[in-house]
Amino acid sequence: MVIRPESLLHPRPAGLYCPPADAYVDPTRPVARAVITHGHADHARAGHGVVIATPETLAIMAARYGEGFAGQVHPLAFGQSVSRDGVTFSLAPAGHVLGSAQAVVRWKGLTMVVSGDYKRRRDPTCRPFEPVPCQVFITEATFALPVFRHPPDSGEIARLLQSVAQFPERSHVVGAYSLGKAQRVIALLREAGWDRTIHVHGALEKLNALYEAFGVDLGPLAPATGAAKAQLAGAIAIAPPSALATPWARRFPDPVDAFASGWMRIRARARQQGVELPLILSDHADWDELTATIAELSPAQVWITHGREEALARWCELNGVAARALALVGYGEEGD
Amino acid sequence: MRAFAHLLDRLSLTASRNAKLTLARDYLSGTPDPDRGWALAALTGALTFRGAKPAAIRAAVEARMDGALFAWSYDYVGDLAETVALVWPARPGANRPPALSEVVDALTHATRPQAQALIDGWLDALDADGRWALLKLVTGGLRVGLSARLAKQALADLGGVPVSEVEEVWHVLAAPYGDLFAWLEGRAARPDASAPGRFRPVMLAQAIDEAELTRLDPADYAAEWKWDGIRVQAVSERGQRRLYSRTGDLISGAFPDVVAALDFEGVIDGELLILRQGVVAPFGDLQQRLNRKTADAKLMAKYPAGIRAYDLLLEGETDLRTLSFAERRVRLEAVIAAAGSARLDLSPLQSFTGWDDLARLRADPPPGDPRAAEGLMLKRRDSAYLAGRPRGPWFKWKREARRVDAVLMYAQRGHGKRSSFYSDFTFGVWREDAEGRRHLTPVGKAYFGFTDEELTQLDAFVKANTVERFGPVRSVRADRDFGLVLEVAFEGLQRSTRHKSGLAMRFPRISRIRWDKPAREADELTTLERLLETMG
Ligand SMILES: [Zn+2]
Repeated sequence: MVIRPESLLHPRPAGLYCPPADAYVDPTRPVARAVITHGHADHARAGHGVVIATPETLAIMAARYGEGFAGQVHPLAFGQSVSRDGVTFSLAPAGHVLGSAQAVVRWKGLTMVVSGDYKRRRDPTCRPFEPVPCQVFITEATFALPVFRHPPDSGEIARLLQSVAQFPERSHVVGAYSLGKAQRVIALLREAGWDRTIHVHGALEKLNALYEAFGVDLGPLAPATGAAKAQLAGAIAIAPPSALATPWARRFPDPVDAFASGWMRIRARARQQGVELPLILSDHADWDELTATIAELSPAQVWITHGREEALARWCELNGVAARALALVGYGEEGD
Repeated sequence: MRAFAHLLDRLSLTASRNAKLTLARDYLSGTPDPDRGWALAALTGALTFRGAKPAAIRAAVEARMDGALFAWSYDYVGDLAETVALVWPARPGANRPPALSEVVDALTHATRPQAQALIDGWLDALDADGRWALLKLVTGGLRVGLSARLAKQALADLGGVPVSEVEEVWHVLAAPYGDLFAWLEGRAARPDASAPGRFRPVMLAQAIDEAELTRLDPADYAAEWKWDGIRVQAVSERGQRRLYSRTGDLISGAFPDVVAALDFEGVIDGELLILRQGVVAPFGDLQQRLNRKTADAKLMAKYPAGIRAYDLLLEGETDLRTLSFAERRVRLEAVIAAAGSARLDLSPLQSFTGWDDLARLRADPPPGDPRAAEGLMLKRRDSAYLAGRPRGPWFKWKREARRVDAVLMYAQRGHGKRSSFYSDFTFGVWREDAEGRRHLTPVGKAYFGFTDEELTQLDAFVKANTVERFGPVRSVRADRDFGLVLEVAFEGLQRSTRHKSGLAMRFPRISRIRWDKPAREADELTTLERLLETMG
């Protein structure tokens, strides 16, 4: 008997639904049972009955929403699996942020993989993506346009450090999403040899501490409050993007506004947001990674969850891979 | 190229003057000659070479990738150079990335097809930022907000000298400015700004369109044709006779016939042309003499060169650049008359009463030389001669003729002396309907461009092939198997909701009657839509 993939997973208004196990993957509204790929707010929401996720993701959810964020939690480490009514769930690293996972769903010989958000390049703050052979690969498509080809992150960090050397009287304030990007920028700066204290916005402190608790060394960090303006000349500070235009940023001397995001690849975006130093650092797969991953996995079908579905579907069509856009709504609000 | 790309990138997002100065100064001090000199020239608009047309760049990328994926990409980014830089599907095995000086050198001597091949190869070798800088450079889109004034300040900072000292020598310098950097870095004396026969920086015009024109007072401006040759500066000063290109390159060697004719004492700004009995030859003739070191008697006899004078910068030992255009013009006329050479004539001023008047002149120039002109130049009568491209005093109003083959659909009686003829012609191009059938859709109307003899022939055609009459208008037979093809030249295309075709032409005129061409071979609407995109 051939199992139709749609009987194992299909889109519903609340998200991707698995009828035989009565569970959702990354539901966008409260449900009885949820498998959560990673801690970004658009994938991990509070109020579910049972949440199955990596211990890191559960810790992130608890840090953001409080301990009672779900009725019951079920930690599932990489390599472990859990079965319910014949459906086996396991998690494989996605390389996106700390604890991020792909959801692997197996049933009656059929394997479907929900990538969640992922990237293929090295990240000192999380486990690298592991390809899992499957018949149906359900991929994200945040940067699925040929214009998005992220440059090497070492070059971006080098540009930041070059600017710091070039403008020693100014400080550099880097906008970075508070979960994942901020810690990655800090870790990359450390790898590049920047051992001075990095000033961090208060909104990052909890997650920074959590990363450190899971073994990610971020080096000397300090709040920006309390430091004299003159002391902040030549300093690097990290803040959520929304803090760049607030009074918090005014404590820095003539700051160079930097922003670490894959969207910075497009100059008009940088100009529009008044970014002086765009840093093209993304936690999502770029066009080449998305297409190479599909080519590598060679699944019978590709389903596209969110992002620029039409371009990726077109690529699949040109390369003889059956593809369908799921048109899921509610994703893509955090962490690009 | 990498450092240059990085500089452009930073400058384009930096607002503060001080930060720009730091970026420019650091680049200039950290980059070797001649790259930094060419970068300086590129940033200050002193670089001229035959670049690439956006349409050719687009064709190159579309030959390498799926059209739909490119279209979505372009749509998303909105800037052609940036889109191509990002999506460029590089072929492996490319050479190392080129230095900026290699790009400038190669493009200065390349024909357009050669240039495109070079550009493709460089795009393969560069990264996305390098590709962006290259494409901005070759398509002339380098607008990063570094003025010449700021560049001079950065140079002054680099050398630790007052900016006035840089300005004093600036006009004797030419890219790639090796002598300037040698001086600023204390390796050589300050370049001599007073040698006879030196080049004076030329004054350039800004492009203008009709909408902007209406804000100006026509009485303030003189108009003359923009001749289709190359802009030159002819110097005859204390025994030194030299011919310079507009960027200060010495080209005397290739034009001994012109140099011999410089029988005046002063500096003339003009257009180098092939002139036969005072008539301008096509640009192709001039090309036979460009990019050569010398010229032999046979070549000079076949392609006799001369200068059509626009301006006078120096008369005897008097610098005229601070005088008004009107005053300089009077003196120029006297100098040209006194020289009395067939190789030296005046670019005549055109009389006009208002912008409409001038628009008509530009769209439908009188027979003879004006037909070969690229458009009109407008110069404020009170303008001093300023180096560079100052905002306001001079404008170029170029004619950008495009051509399309259309089919005559309707004709209407003319006015005045043409009232006995059908002289207003509506023409259309083919458009495919949902069932794949082709119909003509009107795209414009023209009532000039033809000779009186042609008008008689057109009139006869209309009368012989009338299908219907509506008052003064006749529709003529025009279908896939029969119709009269008109080659229509026009200045521009705009989207229009008033026309069924969705397009409106600016200044259409009939450039040729194609009695020879079958109607079904006339152009399709999609051709015009593509043109509209590339023109936009
Ligand atoms: Zn995410």
